[in-house]
Amino acid sequence: MKKLARALGLTILVLVIVLASMSAYSVSETQQVIITQFGKPIGEPITTAGLRFKLPFIHHANYIDKRVLAWDGAATSMPTKDKLYISVDTFARWRISDPLEFLLRLREERSALSRLDDILGSETRNAVAKHELIEIIRTSADRKAVEDEALVERGVSSQKLPPISKGRQKIEDEIFEAANEKLQQFGIELLDIRFKRIDYNPSVKNKIYARMISERQQIAEAFRSEGAGEAAKILGNKERELKRINSEAYRQVLAIRGDADAEATAIYAKAYNQSPEAIEFYEFLQTMETFRRTLDKDTTLLLSTDSDLFRYLKTDKAK
Amino acid sequence: MDIQIDEQTVKKYGRILSRVVVVILVLIVLSASVFSVKPESVAVVTRFGKYIKTQEPGLHFMIPFVDRYQIVQDKRQKKQEFGFGTPENTNPSQWTGQDQFPLEKTMVTGDLNSAEVEWIIQYRINDPRDFLFNVRNPEGTLRNVSESVMREVVGDRTVDEVLTIGRQEIEAAALMGMQEVVDKYQMGLHIDQVQLKNVNPPRQVRASFDEVNEAQQEREQLINVANGEYNKVIPRAKGEADQKIRGAEGYALQRVNEAKGDVARFSAMLVEYNAAPEVTRRRIHLETMAEVLPRVGKKIIVDDESAKVLPILPLQDAMKGGAR
Repeated sequence: MKKLARALGLTILVLVIVLASMSAYSVSETQQVIITQFGKPIGEPITTAGLRFKLPFIHHANYIDKRVLAWDGAATSMPTKDKLYISVDTFARWRISDPLEFLLRLREERSALSRLDDILGSETRNAVAKHELIEIIRTSADRKAVEDEALVERGVSSQKLPPISKGRQKIEDEIFEAANEKLQQFGIELLDIRFKRIDYNPSVKNKIYARMISERQQIAEAFRSEGAGEAAKILGNKERELKRINSEAYRQVLAIRGDADAEATAIYAKAYNQSPEAIEFYEFLQTMETFRRTLDKDTTLLLSTDSDLFRYLKTDKAK
Repeated sequence: MDIQIDEQTVKKYGRILSRVVVVILVLIVLSASVFSVKPESVAVVTRFGKYIKTQEPGLHFMIPFVDRYQIVQDKRQKKQEFGFGTPENTNPSQWTGQDQFPLEKTMVTGDLNSAEVEWIIQYRINDPRDFLFNVRNPEGTLRNVSESVMREVVGDRTVDEVLTIGRQEIEAAALMGMQEVVDKYQMGLHIDQVQLKNVNPPRQVRASFDEVNEAQQEREQLINVANGEYNKVIPRAKGEADQKIRGAEGYALQRVNEAKGDVARFSAMLVEYNAAPEVTRRRIHLETMAEVLPRVGKKIIVDDESAKVLPILPLQDAMKGGAR
C-alpha cells in the first residue's frame, strides 16, 4: 500500500514537472513573443523579458526579434537625373514594431527582407532618378571648401564645391518617408535609410578620370608657367639693377673726378692769377718746363750769338 | 533462498550507486552555478532571459540552468579597418576581405572627382546591456554606419581637401557623425577615434597628380635658379661700382693735393721772384738751358756778322745727325 502510494506520488510529481516544463517558456531581452492557438494569434504580444507560462500543446510561442535589425541592399546600377550611371549601395535599419501584423502578413524575417528589397530598392531608384548626382553626393549646402592657398593664388578654380539645394540627407529622408508608409502595413517600422556606397559606373569612370587628369594638368601648367614668369621677372630685375648700378657708378665717378678737376683748376687759377707778376712768372716757368719736355736728341737748335746765353762767347763784357 | 540473497545485494549496491549519483549530480550543479569573469570584461546575467545584473571581473555564483551569462569585453579598445586589413587580429569584424577593399575605399568627392580613402575606427563597448540587447549584430552595423558617414563627409569636400589639407577636419566630422548615429540607436558603443590612413587619387589619375607636385617643384627650381643668377651678379656689380667710386675719390684727393702742392711751390717761388724778378728769371733760365742743351742733338750757333755762311741749312743731314 505504502509502495503504491509512493509510486503514485512520484509519477504525479514527474507529470507535474513535465507539464510545467512544457508550459513554461522564457522570453529574452532581445525577443518578443506572440502566442498562437492552432495557428491563430491570441492575446497581446509579450514584450517584457522573463519567465512566462502558457497552455501546453495548445498554445505555441512564436519568437520574434525585438531588436533593431539591419537591411543591406545589394549594389545596383541606376541613372541620375543628369544621366550619370552610378552604382548605389544602401542600407537601412528597421524593427518589427507590430509583431502581430508582422506574423500575419510576413511570418518570417526572410519575407520582410524581400519586401524591404523591393520597396527600398524602388524608392531609392526613384529618388536617384529625380535628382542630379551632386545632390546625392553632397550634404551641407553652406559648407565652403577649404582651398589650397597655393592654388588659389594662381586662379585655379577647380577647388569649388558645386552648389546644391537639397543634399544627401534630404534625399535619404524622402526615400525614408516614401518607403516607411508602404512598410507600416507589414508591422515593420523603418528607422532610417542611408547611402552606404556611391560610385561611378565603370563605363562612366573613364570620363571622370579624363576630366580629373585634365584638371590636374591645368594646375601643373599654371605652376610651370608661373615659375617661368617669375624667373623671367627676376632676370629682368637683375639686368635693370645691373644697368642702374653701373650707370650710377659711372655718373658718380665722373662727378667726383669733374669736381676734383674743377677744384684743382680753381686752385691753380687762383694761384697763378693772384697778381700780374704771378701771371708773368707762371708763363715764364711754363715755358721753361716746355723746353725741358720738348728739346731732346732729335732736336736741331739754331742759336744766335745774340742771345743772352751765347753773348759771352764773343765778349766778356756785361750788357 | 537464492532470491532473497540477490534482493539484499541489489538493494545494497543500489543504495551505494544512488549515493554516488547524487554526489555526481551535486558536483555538476555546483560547477554549473559558478563562473568567472576575466579582467577587461563584464558578464551580463539573465534569468529566464530577463536581465538581472552585470557582474564585474571575479568569481561569481548563479542559479544553474536558469541563469545565463554573456561575456562582454568592455574595457578593451577594438579596431575596424576600411579599405585594407592587417592580418593578425582578434576582432572578427575588423576587416572584411581582399575583394571588398576596393569597394570600401572608392568614393566620390564633393567636386565630383574620385578618391580612394582608407581609414580605421577605434571604439569601445561602453554599455554592455545596450550592446547586447538593442541592435542585432552591432559591430556589423557599425561597419555600415562608418562607411556611410565617411562617404557623407567626403561627399562634402573637394578632392584636394581629402588628399591633403582637410584630413584632420574630415576625421573630426566623421567621428561626430558616426557617434551621432550610434547614439541614436543606443548601440552601446563609443567611438574613440577615426583615423584616415592611405588616401590616394585613383590609380589611373595618379600620374597627373604627381605631375602637379613635380610642376610645383619645377617652379621652385626655376625661381631658385633665377635668384641664384641675380645673387651671383648683383652683389659683385655693387662691389665693383663701389671700387670705381673709391678710385675716383682717390683720384680726386690726389688731384687736389697735387694742385695744392704745386700751388704751394709756386707761391713760394713767387715770393722769391717778387723780391728779385730779373735775377730769378735769369737764374731759372740758365738752369733750364744747362739741363736741356746737353740733350739736344745738333746745335748750330750762328753769328750775325759772319754773313758769308750761306743760309742753306743741310736739314736732312741735321736730322740724320740727330739720329746719330
